[in-house]
Amino acid sequence: MATTSTGDIEKTKSVEVKKKLNVLIVDDDPVIRKLHEIIIKSIGGISQTAKNGEEAVNIHRDGNASFDLILMDKEMPERDGLSATKKLREMKVTSMIIGVTTLADNEEERKAFMEAGLNHCLAKPLSKAKILPLINNLMDA
Amino acid sequence: MDALVAQLQMQYRNYTVSLYQQGFLDDQFTELKKLQDDASPDFVAEVLSLFFEDCVKLIGNMARALDQTGTVDFSQVGASVHQLKGSSSSVGAKRVKGLCITFKEYCEANNYEGCVRCLQQVDIEFKALQTKLQDMFNLEKQIIQAGGKVPQVDIN
Repeated sequence: MATTSTGDIEKTKSVEVKKKLNVLIVDDDPVIRKLHEIIIKSIGGISQTAKNGEEAVNIHRDGNASFDLILMDKEMPERDGLSATKKLREMKVTSMIIGVTTLADNEEERKAFMEAGLNHCLAKPLSKAKILPLINNLMDA
Repeated sequence: MDALVAQLQMQYRNYTVSLYQQGFLDDQFTELKKLQDDASPDFVAEVLSLFFEDCVKLIGNMARALDQTGTVDFSQVGASVHQLKGSSSSVGAKRVKGLCITFKEYCEANNYEGCVRCLQQVDIEFKALQTKLQDMFNLEKQIIQAGGKVPQVDIN
């Protein structure tokens, strides 16, 4: 069995999130949306997707959207992740928002993204091993 | 039948390991494989199919952007390169991702010749990966048709 970078194969196979999460996946790349959908499914969650920040904001406009978690890509057309996060917090959206950045983003860019209203930031590519402990920690907090 | 299955499984293991050793794939592909289960049995093939469609679309965008008579909009090229870097990284397409990193640097330097070279190389590499992975999936099918199970592969 190939090992993960953390070596924690058994842990990631047997543990799911502590409650069934409802997740909004926001990314302009269909490959990444699909990957994140499956990751969320593998940890016991359900998901909806948005192709960019503007779509994510529009989903919340009628006030009925209720997501436990939003996975927000940083660079997207129409409305980027930073702007979408700011807007969602102005709209009093209280969902956990995890920003998804790239390794090329520098510390200042990550800081600006966090200050827009994120709960946490993760670098691509995401994996079950990366996201599961973070979600559980954030839910416990 | 058992001998055939064992032979195919050995062939599959060796082939898969070679893809990592030759730099076509990295650990992220291993993570993808782990997500495939009975609830999502075709997940890897689906994601890779999306990835290769993405490659065709984005390479087309880059080619059109570089084909402008007059001034090339390198930021437009760079935007497509950025997206391809993200998706290639997410599926473990190591060589494609590596090329995108170099390609992005050429975009930022407004280096036309560098960009054109990278575009040609990206096109070659994604097609090579597509062929290699198709061969791998064909081996998986043969194993299943022969009554065997596709083995987990230790790449370490």
